Amino acid sequence: MNLVSKVLSDPETVAMFSPADWDLLVRQGRRSVLLGRIYWLLNEHDLLETVPEYANRHLLSSFRIYEKLRLSARYEIFELFKLFESLDVPLVLLKGGAYISACSNAGEGRLFSDLDILVPEEKISEVERHLTLNGWYSPCSDAYDQRYYRQWMHEIPPLQHVKRKVVLDIHHNILPRTGKISVDSNKLLNGAVLAEERLGWALSEKDRILHSAAHLFHDGELDHGLRDLSDLDLLVREFSAEEDFWESLLARSVELNLQRPLFYALRYTNEILNTPVPEEVLKVSKAGSPGKIMTFVMDALFLRALAPDHPSCDDRWTGLARWMLFIRSHWLRMPPLQLAQHLARKGYKRWTMRNNIT
Amino acid sequence: MLQTQTIRTGPFYVRLTTDIASLYDGITQLYSSILVNREEDFFDFHVKLMRPKSLRRWIRPQVSFLFDGKAPFKPLPLDQALPMFEWGLNWCISNHIHTHLISHAAVIEKDGKAVIMPGAPGSGKSTLCAGLMLSGYRLLTDELATIDPNDLLLTSLCRPVNLKNQSIELIKKAFPEAIFSKTVKDTAKGTVSLLKPSDLSFQECGDRAKAVAIVFPKYEKGEKCRLEKLDKGHAFMQLAEQSFNYSLLGERGFDILSRLIESCDCYSLSYGTLDESIAQIERVITDSAER
Repeated sequence: MNLVSKVLSDPETVAMFSPADWDLLVRQGRRSVLLGRIYWLLNEHDLLETVPEYANRHLLSSFRIYEKLRLSARYEIFELFKLFESLDVPLVLLKGGAYISACSNAGEGRLFSDLDILVPEEKISEVERHLTLNGWYSPCSDAYDQRYYRQWMHEIPPLQHVKRKVVLDIHHNILPRTGKISVDSNKLLNGAVLAEERLGWALSEKDRILHSAAHLFHDGELDHGLRDLSDLDLLVREFSAEEDFWESLLARSVELNLQRPLFYALRYTNEILNTPVPEEVLKVSKAGSPGKIMTFVMDALFLRALAPDHPSCDDRWTGLARWMLFIRSHWLRMPPLQLAQHLARKGYKRWTMRNNIT
Repeated sequence: MLQTQTIRTGPFYVRLTTDIASLYDGITQLYSSILVNREEDFFDFHVKLMRPKSLRRWIRPQVSFLFDGKAPFKPLPLDQALPMFEWGLNWCISNHIHTHLISHAAVIEKDGKAVIMPGAPGSGKSTLCAGLMLSGYRLLTDELATIDPNDLLLTSLCRPVNLKNQSIELIKKAFPEAIFSKTVKDTAKGTVSLLKPSDLSFQECGDRAKAVAIVFPKYEKGEKCRLEKLDKGHAFMQLAEQSFNYSLLGERGFDILSRLIESCDCYSLSYGTLDESIAQIERVITDSAER
């Protein structure tokens, strides 16, 4: 039984929880890195008083980790902001960093490790040079990996700060160059808005949703699938009150060539987390669906893989579903021949490393 | 055969499942008074220690530690199962509990007055802690001092004392009635044996205690015993360094630690023999009464 999704979609349900239910919620929540968010959500709904002390200590502890991460992220963003200002390049934050800077609900209780930014492609080398002069370096020393990132991916090899150890992913697009879907990143950059805390920029509200959808359904390896789905849920709940929200979201997905990820996002947030999406919008978004049969297959895969990665949520097909989605994520990244070469290369390297051949 | 056991260590319920009979027996011996019957309920930590299903089950057998199904560490030789359980449980608590400030320190108590003894490895804190416990002090913890942010009271975890190398023989000789686990050789920390908490420690396991002093012990072979007042700034920095989540707790961590240091006498204690150092701790407690 998936208690995490149950609580995320209907927090009031915790009032009926038995000690064994709390036990399972804490275990599933820990696996899906959502304990801190559950704490935030229960607090938002004034439900913390119904949480027994024994369960609360685990939720609160995770929230404390989040508070520390948020503090560090703010500091890093502040440092990067100064650096980018001197370069006259806007600091466009993505995902976790953007949610925090823009004070989105999706940033609340969210545990994450890396900071992601979007930089115009022509500015990448300038930005990279300046970062390396200011304490950032690339821990990835393998020539093949460097080439893999630079030629094929939508980001350069991650940089790490020498002292503070924080990792920075610098993207010039939101999906790989060699991938099945290509997005014009200039459109994203042009739509960026000044983040609430005025330290840097975030994608526009709709683009934040579309990027989150593209990342979850077309790029990620789903290791934090439910966390990312919950981000989408919170983004949609927060922004959809606005007038014309749905029309412009659908229109923007066409403009950015992201109808497919948006279709998945609306379908699965609605299905798993009960995210309020009007019937009509669900119908229209089907323009982005992969067809009836493929939708049936994807349901079988995603409904399993987007549950907490805990034995209590698995059925006999869960392992297979996760594996197939892992293969799919590579399939979407590059054309078949290139993928075969890439996997052969990686496999060979792993083999030589295991056997200590240099 | 799979066996399960529930340990109630302070506020935490630990669910242990294992297929290693010697581990099960060891736990039953060391934790006898705080084992509980509990099914279909809340457990803070679900822990499994298992022999791997691979060849290593038979050839140079190993043990894996699983925290709710995931292995945070590499397997160890099978005979280290009991120490591995102890280290693993320390990891579970110090990595997942941030409602309290948790410091790497032993805590003992007498007459409602607790003494915190932080210690880097080799400082002799466990040896001193064992000696005190066997001389009539109540043991709260040997490794994890758990400090409540509101009232600064210390939690009693009442787990075995982890003794290493020469300390084992030293304590066995001085206190022949002490109950030890089987001695395990060649671990990452050398030879290890676990000392069972005293009956007094078990009886008052649920009670928290107020700290009156922080003593930084340092074992120096052949040295005369020296107890010196430590200025509070230094004490603060040293205890912060020995805390697992001081920096994670940010401003809160600073606040808890400064209030704690403020309310305690701080000392450094170098010692060469156990008897002398026990006498010094006795003095620390009496002095605190006169304040």
